[in-house]
Formats: sequence, C-alpha cells, structure tokens
Amino acid sequence: MLDDYFRQYALLLILLGVATAMPIGLLLASRVAQTFGLRPYRPSPVKQETYECGVETVGGQWRHFNFRYYRYALLFLVFDVETVFIYPWAVHFKQLGLFALVEMFVFLGILALGWAYAWRKRALEWG
Amino acid sequence: MILAGNSLYRNIYGFFVGLLPDGLSWLGLVITGLILAFVFVNALMIFVAGVVYLERRVLGRFQSRLGPNRVGPFGALQPIADLLKMVFKEDVVPAAADKLVFAAAPIVMVVPALAMMAVIPYGKNTFVTDLNVGILFAIAITSVSSLGIFMAGWGSANRFATLGAMRGVAMLVSYEVPMLLSLVGVLLLGGTLSLVGVVDAQRIPFILLQPLGFLVFLIAATAEMNRAPFDIVEADSEIVAGYHTEYSGVKWGVFQLAEYGAMIVSAAVLVTVFLSGWQNPFVPQGWPQVLPSQLWFLLKVGLVLFLLIWVRATIPRLRIDQIMGFAWKILFPLALLNLVVTAVEVQLVPNPNTWQLWVLVAINLAVAVGAVVGFGAAFGRRRTNPTASVTLVSLQAEVVR
Repeated sequence: MLDDYFRQYALLLILLGVATAMPIGLLLASRVAQTFGLRPYRPSPVKQETYECGVETVGGQWRHFNFRYYRYALLFLVFDVETVFIYPWAVHFKQLGLFALVEMFVFLGILALGWAYAWRKRALEWG
Repeated sequence: MILAGNSLYRNIYGFFVGLLPDGLSWLGLVITGLILAFVFVNALMIFVAGVVYLERRVLGRFQSRLGPNRVGPFGALQPIADLLKMVFKEDVVPAAADKLVFAAAPIVMVVPALAMMAVIPYGKNTFVTDLNVGILFAIAITSVSSLGIFMAGWGSANRFATLGAMRGVAMLVSYEVPMLLSLVGVLLLGGTLSLVGVVDAQRIPFILLQPLGFLVFLIAATAEMNRAPFDIVEADSEIVAGYHTEYSGVKWGVFQLAEYGAMIVSAAVLVTVFLSGWQNPFVPQGWPQVLPSQLWFLLKVGLVLFLLIWVRATIPRLRIDQIMGFAWKILFPLALLNLVVTAVEVQLVPNPNTWQLWVLVAINLAVAVGAVVGFGAAFGRRRTNPTASVTLVSLQAEVVR
C-alpha cells in the first residue's frame, strides 16, 4: 500500500481531475442543451465576423507587437529563476546558519546589480 | 502519519474502508478523494456565486445605487438567474477563431483556481491534502492562468483580444516576481512550505512580523487576479473587453467563474499565510474556543474579499506603463528589502521569546513605514501638469493685457 506521502498526491491528483472535469462538463452540458433546442444556435456570416467595433477587420490579428514585451519576458526569466535558489534556502535557513546568509546576500547583491543595470539601461521603462 | 491530522480524510476514509472488503482500501482512498474533491470544487463554485452577488451589492453601495435587487429577496438569487441565462444563451464562435484553443481557454483559466482548493487549510484539521510544498504549488498553479489568458487572446483571432492577452501576460509575469519574493520572509520565519504548517508556525499573525511582505503580496496578488486597479487585461474603455471580447454564453460564464474563483482562493492563501489562517485572533490556541476555526477562516476571507471590492470601488485603473514601472521599480526592491531585513532578524533571533517577538514587530513596522514613505517621496513627486501651467501662463497673459 502507498504510504501517506503518496496518498497526499493521490488526493491532489483526484481533485485536479474533478476540477478539470467540472468546467468541461459545464461546457458539454450547454452543448447538449443546444442539440435539444434548449439553447439557440443560429449562425450567420455577419454574426461570426471578428468583432471590431462595427467595422470589418482588415488583415489578420497579428500586427507588429512592440519589442518591450520580449524585454519583460527576459527580465521575468532572470528574476524568476533566482527564486528557485532562494526558496530552498529560505525554508532551511535556520539549519544553514551564518555562512548561508552571507552567501545569499552576495547572490542578492549580484542580482540587485543586474536589476540596477537593467534600470540604468532603461529596460524597465514602458515605451 | 501526515494524514492522521486530516480529520476530514480520516473520517470519510474510515467509513468506506469499513464497508469495503479487505484488499480494496485503495478504492477507499479514491472514493474519499472524489467526495472531498467534489465537495470542495462545488463549494468554490457556490462561493463564487455569493461573491459575485456581494460584489455587485457592495459596489452598488459604494456608488450610491442599489445593485441587483429584483431576483429573490434583496436580489440574492441574481447569480443563479445569471447562471441559467449563460448556460442557455447562444454560444457564438467567430469564424476566424481557432476553435479548439477558443474552447480550451476558459477551462485552462478555471482549473488553477479550482485546484488551489486542495492545499488550503479551512480550519483545524480541515483540508484536502497537506502537501509539503503547498505554497510553491499554490503559486505555480496560479501562473497557469496567464497561459489561459494568452490562449483566449490567440484563439479569438481578434485584435482587442490579442492586445489584452499580450498586456495580461506582460503584467502577470512582472507581478509574479515580487509575489514570489514577498513570501520568502514568511518561509524564513515559518521554516515550512506547507500551508498547513505555516498556520501552526504563526504564534502571532505574520502580518505583524511581515507588514511590508503583506503589502507587496496583497498588491501583487491583486494584479495576479486581474482586478481593479490592475484590470488592463480587460480594460473596457481601451480594448473593449480584452481577452474575452469574443466570448459569450457559457464560455464567458466560465471565465467569470475563473476570475472570481481566483479572487477567493488568493484571498484564502493571503489569510493562511499572513493572517494566521483559521486561528482565532483574540483567544490563543489551547484555550476554550467559542466559534469553530472554520468560521474564523471564512470571516477573515470575507474581510479580505471586502477589502478587494473596496479597492476596486476606490482606485481608478492604472496606465500600463505605471503598472509595469510599479512592479519593477517599487514592488521588486521593497520585496528584496523585506527579504534582507527578515533574514538578518531570523539570523540574530532564531527562536524569539514573547518580548523579542514584539520588538521584531516594532522594527518591521518601522521598516515598512519608512520604506513606503521613502519610496513615496522618491517616486511620488507630483509632476508639473503641462496643461495647468499653460492655462496659468495664458491667464497671466490675460491679466497683463
């Protein structure tokens, strides 16, 4: 038999399954209501046009998107990965002691330097 | 034995194992899991209905109007009427849409909110599972919703939707970083990633020991759930309805469910992590309790939800450049500052006694107030308003003439 540790995850997995099944069930129920005529379905070319405040959409949805989105993605990647190192350190901080504290401050210092550089290079500005 | 502390699981499991023949105890686990999952997922859906009603009524009060008051007593059945309307409404799918992604987006949005119900402790010994990485799980699964937003924007093949999705992902991703960092202080103090354990670790609510962390987390969480003043994802005055412009009927309803569900579970995580969860704030643990711990939890969650509605009614929507600047230039350094201060404190006083604890509270409050005032002074400079000065100049010119 599985021990408690795996049972916890088994419960989580079951809940995830139910959580996925519920909204799908809701959408399917509504779809079934359509086949029984409980929900109207009268498509027309005009109704199914892409909405754009009453005018026809010219060209596709993909226009040029500004480079700044990419810049923020890069920043996120850098600063989010750092938490991979910070989280285990924080949980076991009391056992690790002073050495780990100093090490982490060095790490955070390098990080803050990178952050200051990004600010100086105006990477944090929008526009 | 972690599960021994879970009285919900223990009782239901014990009941079914007693019924089942030997060797089928795994079936008892599955049945127990299904019952718990069904109850909690549906509980969240019912709560969403309640919160939607509450928000409309409270917002109505804030704006000197009544809010929904026709369906049922005080309009209390309005959410049910809305649900029926949405299920039986025509579901228009634009011809240009990517059908599969269009249909999958609301599901991807709502599953994280429902799945979060698994790790939150609702009361003493009342939870579905006690993962030893509960906080990490909660944060990791909320960020899935940014994928849902982008799927909605992509699948709709609509420029407003795509614009909203691009903005949304940029914002969610930016606020993820301060949110993660603001919780590090709690981890340092509590020494655990389990949401059940973090409640037990709070001798006094962590909001007192972590005022700065609480503030950063509250703001970042508001942004993560796309609520006002951070609702540029669906800013109706700018980009129609953002990522759900093309959605109607039941799919739109599922989006609403996801949005309010995320609001409730985020408030629940906030209460668990910073407001000492299900503990009675006035009577310490071990003393005779009058109200059950579950009720305290609900009261606190209700308080946080009211705060969020209040914020929505009070603060106007921010511009996107303000939002991004706020995340990276103010919240990020504040979270780092909080981390550093807390780490030094925990290093100096690993196991504080009562008066040391209150000294730490005083220090942290001072740091929080100082940091907020300092950053406010550095960034809150009132810019000279060009139109106002022009008017002033022209007025002076008038006077001279």
